[in-house]
Amino acid sequence: MSDLWQYLQANQAQIENWAGTTVWLIVLPLLIGLALALPTGWLAARYRWVYPPLIGITGVLYTIPSLVMFLVLPGILGTRILDPINVAVALAVYSYALLVRSVADALRSVPAEVLAAASAMGQTSTQRLLGVQLPLAVPVIAAGVRVAAVSNVSLVSVASVIGVPQLGQLFTLGNNTESLTPIVLGLIFFIALALFLDALVLAAARALTPWRRAVAS
Amino acid sequence: MTARASGTGLPGLNRVLIWFNDPRNWWGPNGLLAHIREHVVYTAVIVTVGIVIAVPLGLWIGHTGRGIVLVGGIANALRAIPSLGLLVVLIVELSPHISVAGGAGGLLARGSIPYAVPALIVLLILAIPPILTNTYAGIQAVDPGARDAAIGTGMTATQTALRVELPGALPLVIGGIRSATLQVIASLTVAAYAPLVGGLGRLIVDGDQNLTDPHFGYPAMVAAGITVAVLAITVDAVLNLVQRRVVSPGISGRYRRHS
Repeated sequence: MSDLWQYLQANQAQIENWAGTTVWLIVLPLLIGLALALPTGWLAARYRWVYPPLIGITGVLYTIPSLVMFLVLPGILGTRILDPINVAVALAVYSYALLVRSVADALRSVPAEVLAAASAMGQTSTQRLLGVQLPLAVPVIAAGVRVAAVSNVSLVSVASVIGVPQLGQLFTLGNNTESLTPIVLGLIFFIALALFLDALVLAAARALTPWRRAVAS
Repeated sequence: MTARASGTGLPGLNRVLIWFNDPRNWWGPNGLLAHIREHVVYTAVIVTVGIVIAVPLGLWIGHTGRGIVLVGGIANALRAIPSLGLLVVLIVELSPHISVAGGAGGLLARGSIPYAVPALIVLLILAIPPILTNTYAGIQAVDPGARDAAIGTGMTATQTALRVELPGALPLVIGGIRSATLQVIASLTVAAYAPLVGGLGRLIVDGDQNLTDPHFGYPAMVAAGITVAVLAITVDAVLNLVQRRVVSPGISGRYRRHS
């Protein structure tokens, strides 16, 4: 344990730098993926014929291994191979592919009677979507966001196989020097990050759905 | 590091086409075809072992309802462990203790076993949770009426599990196997970070050593990457066909009674 502490202090600047990159590489793509998945997921829920091709295409996107995506994107985007932008774009694509299905399924799972009731109360279709359908879809969407967040954490570390600077470098560093300390430190960081993000999404979902607690008590 | 950090001089993606067009890159012990064969065999072995472990366990958990919280929790926690980190821990801690010098046919190169074992463990840890959680979730989602009917006709617990619950849960079980297979195919590229472990990841990881090399550099990495993606999509399509064949039409919803 003291080894870990010493290592952390000796390499503080470097690790802080990596940690910063790691966090934005996980969170930003997740938010972008969600922002894109909400409107397209809505389209797929609203128009039946959009659903199969959209789910098919995003399913194929999701089968592309992350390492491959990190490698091919520089060729497409014209970026340097070690540019963190490649990782960010790749993770945004994965987050989107995962979330578009969650959003579509979540919106579709809202009972038709509830929507009919909202219309009967005189709500316009926009009011109904934002005030009734979307809030009721939050739990299912949040479940998707949790999976996407945790999988982003795991995928980011893979980028260190080709050398993109972030906390995953602790693994490759440990391997090159055959020392366990940076590896264990890296594992602690990544697992803590995954658990923290998971808890954060869960808390956000709870805050957005106060009626669920009212019913439960 | 300097050569890579300033590496704007990447060979263009057109080099990848040239790479694919060169027969020397396809044949021979270090060719694309040999790597594809290794990739497929590794995947088949890992997924088969995963099925042998996870399906009976999931069947038992789903049937008895015991251990769901525990196993579900462990499966979720495993997802949070970065596979690269686990792989490196095992390479540093476990590999030096394995002293098998030999190999296995054309699949495991001589001396590769100390590194193949960590890779195998990591990939199994990735493959088991989706199969396990889908199996017990599938068993639990089986229509209780069908289960009651099975018991009512005098079936034993084992018969109920194997003849009613398993066929009923099959779409979800195969769904779990499909996602496990995709995970393994994709993660084998990361597993190649372990020295001497074969498969298409070899070309990707080794290409990083000298990016500008026309045969083993960036073009080979991208070519191998594209091959992995094509392999993943093909295998998934095949498993989709298998699913259509083995799932009873009454369960998949393809059979509808016209009344």
